[in-house]
Amino acid sequence: MKKILVACGTGICTSTMAAKKLETQLESRGLKGQFSISQCRVSELSFKANDFDVVICTSNATGTYETPVIQGLAYLTGVQMDKTTDKVVDALGL
Amino acid sequence: MESMGLLRQDLVVRDLEASSDQGAIEKLATFLHEKGIVKESYINAIMEREKVFSTGLPTGSIGVAIPHTDVEHVNEAAVAIGILKEPVPFTVMASDDDKVDVKVMFMLAVKEPHAQIELLSTLMGVLSDPELLKTISEAPSNRKVIEAITSVL
Repeated sequence: MKKILVACGTGICTSTMAAKKLETQLESRGLKGQFSISQCRVSELSFKANDFDVVICTSNATGTYETPVIQGLAYLTGVQMDKTTDKVVDALGL
Repeated sequence: MESMGLLRQDLVVRDLEASSDQGAIEKLATFLHEKGIVKESYINAIMEREKVFSTGLPTGSIGVAIPHTDVEHVNEAAVAIGILKEPVPFTVMASDDDKVDVKVMFMLAVKEPHAQIELLSTLMGVLSDPELLKTISEAPSNRKVIEAITSVL
């Protein structure tokens, strides 16, 4: 099970929107059951990110950690969403 | 449908005049406060938050912003829609200083995000539909704005 962390400023609003869209995108690629999605504030990334396989951010990422970070604006605007999902799938090694 | 109840004709402001992102946010937030949807503290909180976590979205020809802030400033879940008379530049979300000229603001008063996932999903559908955004920005009445959005639900 791959672990995805979606972060935004408050951890409740745009991350909820992005997480929902990302879930739909990954499921449409036949990956249902192979990933889990959590949410947090960007300010929590410095102590949470290392427990995840990839971080998706809709705000500027802060802190230092090893986990790859992908910008998630595409899940809000719909622009280049497939490309972003390609990056997520790559980062997860699925 | 739950999200229909959160989109209200009386929370649409057309021809909103502002010269900056902060001015536009202040006007719409003050309006939400007058409606009793949010606490007075919401106004300052949402303006400050925009400076740290900007919410402009490069959605194509009609730029959009989705200002919002923490749940404790909210009395009742709702979305105010502000259509600017003249677009004003907002900083793009997750960028340092990229700008987008914003014509339509969706100001979110979020109370319980997971209960409102339907609304957030609906809104996302709107954000990724340039034609619909154009219809909204040019709508001749508040009723037409809401009708345009509910037509895609």
